[in-house]
Amino acid sequence: MTSATGQQHPISLYLKIWGLLFVLSTLSYLVDYFNFHSYLRWTLILALMLMKAGLIVAFFMHMAWERLALVFAILIPPLCLLVLVGLMATEADYTFLTRLSFFR
Amino acid sequence: MNTTTAPSPAAAPATGRWRQLVADWSSDQQAFQVSWGKAMMWIFLLSDTFIFSCFLTGYMTVRMANTVPWPNPSLVFSLNIGGVEVPLLLIAIMTFVLISSSGTMAMAVNFAYRRERVRAAILMFVTAGFGVCFVSMQVFEWSKLILQEGVRPWGNPMGAAQFGSTFFMITGFHGLHVTAGVIYLVTVAVRLLRGRYDAVGKTGGNYQIVEIAGLYWHFVDLVWVFIFALFYLW
Repeated sequence: MTSATGQQHPISLYLKIWGLLFVLSTLSYLVDYFNFHSYLRWTLILALMLMKAGLIVAFFMHMAWERLALVFAILIPPLCLLVLVGLMATEADYTFLTRLSFFR
Repeated sequence: MNTTTAPSPAAAPATGRWRQLVADWSSDQQAFQVSWGKAMMWIFLLSDTFIFSCFLTGYMTVRMANTVPWPNPSLVFSLNIGGVEVPLLLIAIMTFVLISSSGTMAMAVNFAYRRERVRAAILMFVTAGFGVCFVSMQVFEWSKLILQEGVRPWGNPMGAAQFGSTFFMITGFHGLHVTAGVIYLVTVAVRLLRGRYDAVGKTGGNYQIVEIAGLYWHFVDLVWVFIFALFYLW
Protein backbone atom coordinates (compact mmCIF):
# COMPACT_ATOMS: atom_id res chain seq x y z
CA MET A 1 0.00 0.00 0.00
CA THR A 2 1.57 3.30 -1.04
CA SER A 3 0.87 6.83 0.08
CA ALA A 4 -0.48 7.76 -3.31
CA THR A 5 -3.65 5.78 -2.59
CA GLY A 6 -3.54 6.64 1.11
CA GLN A 7 -3.04 4.53 4.19
CA GLN A 8 -6.28 2.61 4.52
CA HIS A 9 -6.47 -0.06 7.16
CA PRO A 10 -9.43 -1.49 9.04
CA ILE A 11 -10.50 0.43 12.16
CA SER A 12 -10.37 -2.87 14.10
CA LEU A 13 -6.57 -2.92 13.67
CA TYR A 14 -6.26 0.48 15.36
CA LEU A 15 -8.56 -0.61 18.18
CA LYS A 16 -6.42 -3.71 18.77
CA ILE A 17 -3.22 -1.63 18.92
CA TRP A 18 -4.96 0.83 21.23
CA GLY A 19 -5.96 -2.01 23.57
CA LEU A 20 -2.48 -3.48 23.46
CA LEU A 21 -0.94 -0.10 24.38
CA PHE A 22 -3.32 0.12 27.35
CA VAL A 23 -2.28 -3.34 28.53
CA LEU A 24 1.44 -2.55 28.16
CA SER A 25 1.05 0.79 29.99
CA THR A 26 -0.79 -0.95 32.83
CA LEU A 27 2.01 -3.50 33.07
CA SER A 28 4.69 -0.80 33.23
CA TYR A 29 2.68 1.01 35.92
CA LEU A 30 2.44 -2.26 37.88
CA VAL A 31 6.25 -2.55 37.76
CA ASP A 32 6.30 0.55 39.95
CA TYR A 33 3.24 -0.40 41.99
CA PHE A 34 4.70 -3.77 43.03
CA ASN A 35 8.08 -2.16 43.72
CA PHE A 36 10.30 -4.40 41.61
CA HIS A 37 13.94 -3.54 42.11
CA SER A 38 17.30 -3.45 40.37
CA TYR A 39 17.86 -5.40 37.15
CA LEU A 40 14.38 -6.96 37.03
CA ARG A 41 12.86 -3.47 37.20
CA TRP A 42 15.16 -1.94 34.56
CA THR A 43 14.73 -4.86 32.16
CA LEU A 44 10.93 -4.75 32.45
CA ILE A 45 10.80 -0.95 32.05
CA LEU A 46 13.00 -0.96 28.94
CA ALA A 47 11.26 -3.97 27.36
CA LEU A 48 7.77 -2.47 27.85
CA MET A 49 8.97 0.95 26.64
CA LEU A 50 10.44 -0.49 23.44
CA MET A 51 7.32 -2.58 22.77
CA LYS A 52 5.06 0.47 23.15
CA ALA A 53 7.33 2.63 21.00
CA GLY A 54 7.45 -0.09 18.34
CA LEU A 55 3.65 -0.39 18.20
CA ILE A 56 3.16 3.38 17.89
CA VAL A 57 5.78 3.80 15.15
CA ALA A 58 4.83 0.68 13.18
CA PHE A 59 1.03 0.95 13.20
CA PHE A 60 -0.10 4.44 14.29
CA MET A 61 2.63 6.16 12.27
CA HIS A 62 2.25 3.61 9.43
CA MET A 63 5.96 2.77 9.30
CA ALA A 64 5.12 -0.91 8.70
CA TRP A 65 3.66 -0.03 5.30
CA GLU A 66 6.22 2.53 4.14
CA ARG A 67 8.96 1.81 1.61
CA LEU A 68 12.32 0.76 3.04
CA ALA A 69 14.05 3.92 1.71
CA LEU A 70 11.99 6.05 4.11
CA VAL A 71 12.08 3.52 6.96
CA PHE A 72 15.90 3.34 6.93
CA ALA A 73 16.31 7.11 6.52
CA ILE A 74 14.26 7.69 9.69
CA LEU A 75 15.12 4.71 11.90
CA ILE A 76 18.88 4.27 11.35
CA PRO A 77 20.19 7.80 12.25
CA PRO A 78 18.84 7.62 15.86
CA LEU A 79 21.16 4.64 16.41
CA CYS A 80 24.00 7.22 16.60
CA LEU A 81 22.40 8.24 19.89
CA LEU A 82 23.47 4.92 21.39
CA VAL A 83 27.08 6.07 20.92
CA LEU A 84 26.26 9.34 22.72
CA VAL A 85 24.59 7.43 25.57
CA GLY A 86 27.61 5.12 25.84
CA LEU A 87 30.07 8.02 25.91
CA MET A 88 28.07 9.99 28.46
CA ALA A 89 27.61 6.94 30.70
CA THR A 90 31.39 6.46 30.77
CA GLU A 91 31.88 10.16 31.47
CA ALA A 92 29.27 10.13 34.25
CA ASP A 93 30.96 7.13 35.91
CA TYR A 94 34.26 8.99 35.81
CA THR A 95 32.70 12.13 37.31
CA PHE A 96 31.03 10.05 40.02
CA LEU A 97 34.28 8.34 41.02
CA THR A 98 36.15 11.67 40.99
CA ARG A 99 33.51 13.20 43.26
CA LEU A 100 33.78 10.23 45.61
CA SER A 101 37.53 10.63 45.92
CA PHE A 102 37.74 14.43 46.21
CA PHE A 103 34.43 15.95 47.28
CA ARG A 104 33.22 13.87 50.18
CA MET B 1 8.36 5.61 -11.46
CA ASN B 2 12.02 6.31 -12.05
CA THR B 3 14.05 4.73 -9.28
CA THR B 4 17.33 4.08 -11.08
CA THR B 5 20.53 5.13 -9.34
CA ALA B 6 22.31 6.07 -12.57
CA PRO B 7 22.85 9.82 -13.13
CA SER B 8 19.90 11.41 -14.86
CA PRO B 9 20.35 12.66 -18.43
CA ALA B 10 20.10 16.26 -17.26
CA ALA B 11 23.37 15.88 -15.35
CA ALA B 12 25.33 14.46 -18.26
CA PRO B 13 26.21 17.55 -20.37
CA ALA B 14 27.58 19.54 -17.43
CA THR B 15 31.34 19.99 -17.57
CA GLY B 16 33.63 20.88 -14.70
CA ARG B 17 33.29 19.42 -11.23
CA TRP B 18 31.42 22.36 -9.63
CA ARG B 19 28.86 22.50 -12.44
CA GLN B 20 28.49 18.75 -12.12
CA LEU B 21 27.82 19.09 -8.40
CA VAL B 22 25.15 21.74 -8.97
CA ALA B 23 23.57 19.71 -11.78
CA ASP B 24 23.47 16.55 -9.65
CA TRP B 25 21.82 18.24 -6.69
CA SER B 26 19.32 20.21 -8.76
CA SER B 27 18.26 17.48 -11.16
CA ASP B 28 14.94 16.43 -9.70
CA GLN B 29 15.86 13.02 -8.40
CA GLN B 30 13.46 11.41 -5.98
CA ALA B 31 14.47 9.07 -3.19
CA PHE B 32 11.25 9.01 -1.13
CA GLN B 33 8.04 8.01 -2.89
CA VAL B 34 5.85 10.10 -0.59
CA SER B 35 4.55 13.65 -0.79
CA TRP B 36 7.02 16.38 0.21
CA GLY B 37 4.86 17.32 3.18
CA LYS B 38 5.06 13.85 4.65
CA ALA B 39 8.79 13.51 3.97
CA MET B 40 9.50 16.87 5.61
CA MET B 41 7.38 16.01 8.65
CA TRP B 42 9.36 12.79 9.08
CA ILE B 43 12.65 14.69 8.81
CA PHE B 44 11.42 17.26 11.37
CA LEU B 45 10.44 14.42 13.71
CA LEU B 46 13.89 12.88 13.27
CA SER B 47 15.52 16.16 14.34
CA ASP B 48 13.11 16.41 17.27
CA THR B 49 14.11 12.86 18.29
CA PHE B 50 17.68 14.10 18.61
CA ILE B 51 16.63 17.10 20.75
CA PHE B 52 14.64 14.96 23.21
CA SER B 53 17.38 12.33 23.25
CA CYS B 54 19.95 14.98 24.17
CA PHE B 55 17.74 16.08 27.11
CA LEU B 56 17.28 12.49 28.28
CA THR B 57 20.99 11.72 27.91
CA GLY B 58 21.83 14.85 29.91
CA TYR B 59 19.41 13.70 32.60
CA MET B 60 21.07 10.26 32.63
CA THR B 61 24.50 11.89 33.00
CA VAL B 62 23.65 14.14 35.96
CA ARG B 63 21.74 11.33 37.69
CA MET B 64 24.58 8.82 37.29
CA ALA B 65 27.26 11.29 38.36
CA ASN B 66 25.41 12.38 41.51
CA THR B 67 26.73 11.49 44.95
CA VAL B 68 23.50 12.76 46.57
CA PRO B 69 20.60 10.26 46.37
CA TRP B 70 18.08 10.97 43.59
CA PRO B 71 14.53 11.69 44.87
CA ASN B 72 12.30 8.63 44.44
CA PRO B 73 9.85 9.61 41.64
CA SER B 74 7.41 6.96 42.86
CA LEU B 75 7.00 8.88 46.14
CA VAL B 76 7.39 12.41 44.76
CA PHE B 77 4.56 11.92 42.26
CA SER B 78 2.19 9.96 44.51
CA LEU B 79 -1.34 11.19 45.13
CA ASN B 80 -3.24 10.97 48.39
CA ILE B 81 -6.59 9.32 47.63
CA GLY B 82 -8.79 8.89 50.70
CA GLY B 83 -5.84 8.76 53.09
CA VAL B 84 -3.90 6.22 50.99
CA GLU B 85 -0.77 7.23 49.07
CA VAL B 86 -1.10 5.84 45.52
CA PRO B 87 2.25 6.04 43.69
CA LEU B 88 2.40 7.74 40.27
CA LEU B 89 -1.41 7.80 39.94
CA LEU B 90 -1.63 11.13 38.10
CA ILE B 91 1.20 10.15 35.74
CA ALA B 92 -0.54 6.85 34.94
CA ILE B 93 -3.79 8.71 34.12
CA MET B 94 -1.83 11.17 31.93
CA THR B 95 -0.29 8.20 30.09
CA PHE B 96 -3.70 6.66 29.40
CA VAL B 97 -5.11 10.02 28.25
CA LEU B 98 -2.27 10.48 25.77
CA ILE B 99 -2.57 6.91 24.44
CA SER B 100 -6.31 7.42 23.98
CA SER B 101 -5.64 10.62 22.06
CA SER B 102 -3.31 8.66 19.78
CA GLY B 103 -6.08 6.11 19.20
CA THR B 104 -8.64 8.76 18.21
CA MET B 105 -6.03 10.44 15.98
CA ALA B 106 -5.32 7.17 14.15
CA MET B 107 -9.05 6.81 13.50
CA ALA B 108 -9.27 10.42 12.30
CA VAL B 109 -6.56 9.66 9.73
CA ASN B 110 -8.51 6.61 8.65
CA PHE B 111 -11.73 8.58 8.13
CA ALA B 112 -9.81 11.31 6.29
CA TYR B 113 -8.61 8.78 3.72
CA ARG B 114 -12.20 7.59 3.30
CA ARG B 115 -13.01 11.27 2.61
CA GLU B 116 -15.45 11.41 5.53
CA ARG B 117 -14.30 14.85 6.53
CA VAL B 118 -16.88 15.58 9.24
CA ARG B 119 -16.08 12.40 11.15
CA ALA B 120 -12.36 13.00 10.70
CA ALA B 121 -12.67 16.57 12.01
CA ILE B 122 -14.76 15.46 15.02
CA LEU B 123 -12.16 12.83 15.94
CA MET B 124 -9.42 15.46 15.60
CA PHE B 125 -11.31 17.75 18.00
CA VAL B 126 -11.62 14.82 20.43
CA THR B 127 -7.86 14.26 20.10
CA ALA B 128 -7.18 17.95 20.79
CA GLY B 129 -9.52 17.70 23.81
CA PHE B 130 -7.46 14.84 25.23
CA GLY B 131 -4.39 17.00 24.62
CA VAL B 132 -5.87 19.91 26.58
CA CYS B 133 -6.77 17.44 29.34
CA PHE B 134 -3.15 16.21 29.42
CA VAL B 135 -1.69 19.72 29.63
CA SER B 136 -4.16 20.67 32.40
CA MET B 137 -3.06 17.68 34.47
CA GLN B 138 0.55 18.70 33.85
CA VAL B 139 -0.22 22.20 35.14
CA PHE B 140 -1.72 20.62 38.27
CA GLU B 141 1.37 18.40 38.68
CA TRP B 142 3.77 21.32 38.26
CA SER B 143 1.93 23.59 40.69
CA LYS B 144 1.73 20.80 43.30
CA LEU B 145 5.46 20.18 42.90
CA ILE B 146 6.42 23.86 43.06
CA LEU B 147 4.02 25.09 45.74
CA GLN B 148 3.67 22.05 48.04
CA GLU B 149 6.87 20.05 47.60
CA GLY B 150 9.12 23.07 47.13
CA VAL B 151 10.89 21.76 44.02
CA ARG B 152 12.98 24.41 42.24
CA PRO B 153 15.31 24.14 39.23
CA TRP B 154 18.27 24.69 41.59
CA GLY B 155 17.25 22.39 44.44
CA ASN B 156 14.58 20.54 46.38
CA PRO B 157 14.11 19.15 49.90
CA MET B 158 14.13 15.48 48.75
CA GLY B 159 17.64 14.97 47.41
CA ALA B 160 19.77 15.70 44.35
CA ALA B 161 19.48 19.33 43.21
CA GLN B 162 19.44 18.38 39.51
CA PHE B 163 16.08 16.66 39.89
CA GLY B 164 14.20 19.93 39.47
CA SER B 165 16.10 21.28 36.48
CA THR B 166 15.89 18.04 34.47
CA PHE B 167 12.23 17.54 35.39
CA PHE B 168 11.13 21.05 34.39
CA MET B 169 13.25 21.00 31.22
CA ILE B 170 12.09 17.61 29.91
CA THR B 171 8.40 17.67 30.85
CA GLY B 172 8.19 21.40 30.04
CA PHE B 173 9.50 20.86 26.52
CA HIS B 174 7.14 17.92 26.07
CA GLY B 175 4.19 19.95 27.35
CA LEU B 176 5.10 22.67 24.86
CA HIS B 177 4.95 20.06 22.10
CA VAL B 178 1.50 18.92 23.26
CA THR B 179 0.26 22.54 23.33
CA ALA B 180 1.62 23.20 19.83
CA GLY B 181 0.03 19.93 18.69
CA VAL B 182 -3.40 20.97 20.01
CA ILE B 183 -3.20 24.27 18.08
CA TYR B 184 -2.00 22.42 14.95
CA LEU B 185 -4.82 19.82 15.13
CA VAL B 186 -7.56 22.42 15.70
CA THR B 187 -6.25 24.50 12.78
CA VAL B 188 -6.24 21.53 10.41
CA ALA B 189 -9.65 20.30 11.61
CA VAL B 190 -11.27 23.72 11.10
CA ARG B 191 -9.78 24.00 7.62
CA LEU B 192 -10.96 20.48 6.84
CA LEU B 193 -14.53 21.38 7.83
CA ARG B 194 -14.43 24.57 5.77
CA GLY B 195 -13.49 22.54 2.70
CA ARG B 196 -10.11 24.16 2.22
CA TYR B 197 -8.51 20.82 1.28
CA ASP B 198 -11.15 20.06 -1.34
CA ALA B 199 -9.74 22.72 -3.68
CA VAL B 200 -7.42 21.01 -6.15
CA GLY B 201 -5.00 23.93 -6.09
CA LYS B 202 -4.20 23.62 -2.37
CA THR B 203 -3.26 20.01 -1.69
CA GLY B 204 -4.30 18.28 -4.88
CA GLY B 205 -7.76 17.64 -3.48
CA ASN B 206 -6.76 15.06 -0.86
CA TYR B 207 -6.80 14.96 2.92
CA GLN B 208 -3.23 13.75 3.43
CA ILE B 209 -2.60 16.76 5.68
CA VAL B 210 -4.57 14.89 8.35
CA GLU B 211 -2.07 12.02 8.23
CA ILE B 212 0.84 14.47 8.44
CA ALA B 213 -0.69 16.19 11.48
CA GLY B 214 -1.27 12.70 12.89
CA LEU B 215 2.42 11.84 12.53
CA TYR B 216 3.28 14.82 14.73
CA TRP B 217 0.68 13.86 17.32
CA HIS B 218 1.80 10.23 17.51
CA PHE B 219 5.37 11.45 17.94
CA VAL B 220 4.33 13.47 20.99
CA ASP B 221 2.83 10.28 22.42
CA LEU B 222 6.01 8.37 21.51
CA VAL B 223 8.21 10.84 23.40
CA TRP B 224 5.96 10.49 26.45
CA VAL B 225 6.52 6.70 26.39
CA PHE B 226 10.24 7.34 26.80
CA ILE B 227 9.82 10.08 29.45
CA PHE B 228 7.41 7.88 31.43
CA ALA B 229 9.82 4.94 31.41
CA LEU B 230 13.12 6.76 31.90
CA PHE B 231 12.13 9.64 34.20
CA TYR B 232 9.12 8.48 36.21
CA LEU B 233 9.66 4.72 36.47
CA TRP B 234 13.47 4.42 36.60
